[in-house]
Amino acid sequence: MNTQLEHSDLTEDAKMEAFLAKIDRGEKIEADDWMPDDYRNQLIKLISMHGISEIMGALPEKEWVPKAPTLRRKLAIMAKVQDEMGHGQLLLRVAEDLIAPLGKTREDIMQDLFAGRLKFHNVFHMEAPTWADAGVIGWLVDGAAIITQSMSLDTSYAPYARALHRICAEEKFHAQHGESIVLELAEGTEEQRQMLQESITRWWPSLLMFFGPPENGNITSNQASNMRYKIRSQTNEELRQIFLKKYLPRIFHLGFTVPDETIYFDEAEDKWIYQQPDWEEFKQIVKGKGPRSAHRLHLREMSYEETKWVRDAILSYGRQVG
Amino acid sequence: MGELLQVETAQEALKNQEYTQALVDLLFQLADDDFILAYRGSEWLGLAPHIEEDVAFSSMAQDMMGHAVMYYEMLEELGVGKADDLAQLREASAFRNAILVERQNGAGGYNDDPHYDWAYAIVRSYVYGLHKKVRLESLLKSSYSPLTLISRKMLTEHRYHLMHWQVWLKQLANSTPDARARLEAAIAKVWSDAGELSDLGPNAASITGFGLIEAEATLREVWLKETQAIFEAANLSWPGEPGAAKERGRAGEHTADLIQALATLSEVYRIDPAASW
Repeated sequence: MNTQLEHSDLTEDAKMEAFLAKIDRGEKIEADDWMPDDYRNQLIKLISMHGISEIMGALPEKEWVPKAPTLRRKLAIMAKVQDEMGHGQLLLRVAEDLIAPLGKTREDIMQDLFAGRLKFHNVFHMEAPTWADAGVIGWLVDGAAIITQSMSLDTSYAPYARALHRICAEEKFHAQHGESIVLELAEGTEEQRQMLQESITRWWPSLLMFFGPPENGNITSNQASNMRYKIRSQTNEELRQIFLKKYLPRIFHLGFTVPDETIYFDEAEDKWIYQQPDWEEFKQIVKGKGPRSAHRLHLREMSYEETKWVRDAILSYGRQVG
Repeated sequence: MGELLQVETAQEALKNQEYTQALVDLLFQLADDDFILAYRGSEWLGLAPHIEEDVAFSSMAQDMMGHAVMYYEMLEELGVGKADDLAQLREASAFRNAILVERQNGAGGYNDDPHYDWAYAIVRSYVYGLHKKVRLESLLKSSYSPLTLISRKMLTEHRYHLMHWQVWLKQLANSTPDARARLEAAIAKVWSDAGELSDLGPNAASITGFGLIEAEATLREVWLKETQAIFEAANLSWPGEPGAAKERGRAGEHTADLIQALATLSEVYRIDPAASW
């Protein structure tokens, strides 16, 4: 005799309890499973921002794709930026499944981006004026991304976890691609080394900002619920320390500096003590007031609008052939 | 000499100065065509009509760039110069690409207000691609064995590109009146340059005489016949005999578009060509 209640007969509280018990057991949630609205909304926010950041993130590097200095580098950076677009595609598909029950589509995500309702990562609002920036983005920005994304590999939402496994595997190649550009410059002429130093200096505050403001013991309700939902497992500051521990020794080893004269590693605390970037500036940047925000959004919006006739044509053709 | 000659290696080719010259002339045409069109493809990155196409279009530009690299490396093997230098340090007048591939994607820079024309991108890629297929198939019978070898490899990838363009052509031709009109305008524009594709340059007689590739008229006939069948299948009217630009790219005459493209693509390398990048 089956005494188990149908899931639909449960009260909202009981559903929530069952949901939390499920993720606590380490089980994963699929797109068609019941989930609390709050969980869905947190995922939509996180994954659409991640997806759109991959797409906007292609733009600073895109600036260097046609200019890459050798045939091998041209091939490598084309493939690299193509991967980023591919990651954007994978993630938007995950987001599309999450927003479908709300009656929304990819078009809504794009329009949210253009209207400034959907934010993208701070680093992609910044300038990339030299070839060294193409290297530093691959080496350090992708390096930072691997750290935050690795945290979410075991996320409770299975479709996101699957996308991240593929993305992280490719990001490791990207970090190697970036490192290879950086090492070539580091071992190169005085002019090349100077180009690289200027780039590291330029990107330093953005890299610190990448992980978000430090909690200083006060974890935001967003972070707390994302941890409860097992969407993420580490705090901003914990992630930033992993990054600093991994990359600062490498930067110093190559004979380069960061624009922080008092930075040091505290052995007792087992962490880097660094000067805080301007967190007010960070807020402005992610609001779309960074040095290249308007330019890149304009580029994306303009190309989207100017190719609307193509998407219309595909829809029309699809309707005709059924 | 001529038809019976089969050359297996670069060292063997170098024993005959005239043969080497004809081979070098042909390789520059092949390399520069793919290189410049792949560059134009790379400018599209991030701007395609949808994300899936952005990924696909970039993948095809990479294949084309990869083909250009193979040709430049063959030139390097023949002692013409370092592949990177050949691609990035020659003046426009030394380039042997057809004018069709150097035309800009549309008004504006790839990074500043690019008003790019997707219909032109599709038609140019497809018309060029159809010609490239005929050229590669002819190269399977080339007297220079290394060319037959890489042509076989390239054809495998290239067939997938053609399938992709065919789907686009069919969709745009049979969708909205707006798309149809844009497609027809793009065909007219591509067609006014396309005739130069099968031009083998000032040294054509020697190139075909040594059996490196079939005669211009043969390439042209096969290419036009196949293209006509594809246009008909897509319900497009046949534009007739293709024209050619007033500049002859195969003879080193080029437009301002190529000069701008070369300045961009070599900007970093030219900072210090002796440095390692």
